[in-house]
Amino acid sequence: MLTFDAVTCIRGGRALFEGLSFTLEQGGAALVTGPNGVGKSSLIRLSAGLLNPAAGRITGDAPRALLTEQSSLDEELPLARALAFWARLDGAAGKVAAALDALALADLADIPVRLLSTGQRRRAAIARIIASGAPLWLLDEPANGLDKAALGLLETAIATHRAAGGAILMASHTPITLSDVIAIDLAQLPRQSERAA
Amino acid sequence: MSSPLLHLIARDLRRAWIGGGALLPVAFFLLVAILFPFGIGPDAKLLARVGGGILWAAALLAALIPIERLVAPDMASGVIDQLLTRGQSAATIAFAKLIAHWLAFAPPVLIAALPASALLDLSTETLVRVEISLLIGTPGLAALALATGALVAGLRGAGAIAGLLLLPLAVPLLIFGAGSLDGGIGALKLLAAVSLVLVAGAPFVAGAAIRAGLD
Repeated sequence: MLTFDAVTCIRGGRALFEGLSFTLEQGGAALVTGPNGVGKSSLIRLSAGLLNPAAGRITGDAPRALLTEQSSLDEELPLARALAFWARLDGAAGKVAAALDALALADLADIPVRLLSTGQRRRAAIARIIASGAPLWLLDEPANGLDKAALGLLETAIATHRAAGGAILMASHTPITLSDVIAIDLAQLPRQSERAA
Repeated sequence: MSSPLLHLIARDLRRAWIGGGALLPVAFFLLVAILFPFGIGPDAKLLARVGGGILWAAALLAALIPIERLVAPDMASGVIDQLLTRGQSAATIAFAKLIAHWLAFAPPVLIAALPASALLDLSTETLVRVEISLLIGTPGLAALALATGALVAGLRGAGAIAGLLLLPLAVPLLIFGAGSLDGGIGALKLLAAVSLVLVAGAPFVAGAAIRAGLD
């Protein structure tokens, strides 16, 4: 579903990681770990096609759903309508209600996004991922700001998605329960410390 | 037109209108049109002669007002990232924004030109010419505003830099727009040509600027 072949990522003249290879199959999951600044978010953005690799190839044509630190929901809209904008763009307008339910957000459907708390926004963003219906989820620190109950909902959502044949690429420094996972520790990859711009 | 494009245009239009955002350029347009008579003096003949040019300059200044809201907020909130991840091209996103910006900005200005022309004591004939030239020229102005907005997105003091970038580039529109008021069809054709070039080029310039801003 997603294949990295000897991918090198250079940001601001510095090689973040080099020669990264892995393959993500249907129903698979990969967990990217490493200290701050090691390139976890860049790896997610590479997978989303927002950055180009300096070397190597990234292949895979499955539709992707991207979770970044921003919720990307229109602040002035009620939550359900803000989610519906993206769901309609994905041709999945009917999936919003189920996604809200999956993250226990049904009660907040009519609340404007700007009034939501940090954790509620995070859950809303995860609901956007679920509603997209995309087979490949790219999650950058999905557990940030989530309480224990919400973390459980996230784990359930991920398990449901994988059981349906979806794949997950996740960067996280929060321990999160994932079965049968490809571990990508960016700190362990060989790399040059400095490189000319 | 594909439905994602319409969907994006509808969203941008809605966001332009909330909080009276689309009324700001119109209020600014009217204000400039009102200020000129104060500066020039109550000479009706003089005002009637320069009034068309004043309206064009006012439209140009009004086009500057929303520049910072066109692209930068969507880059900051990750909306552009989301659209690109869904396989929309940066140029398509920019094209949707161009159409939405024109729809939010031009019709209100065309309507505001009616009271403004009364303030300047323009003849009906001149008013019609102003309206026609604005109708042809405002897509070019919207295109310039979009390309500039994308280029300066994320910079500090973006508004001031945007003005410095846009105003010189808008000179051809102003020359042919104001020039067409004397009744020359040639100036109108040149105005249409300039406007068309800007509309055709701006989505690609803005798209490239958006992609460059990702890194």
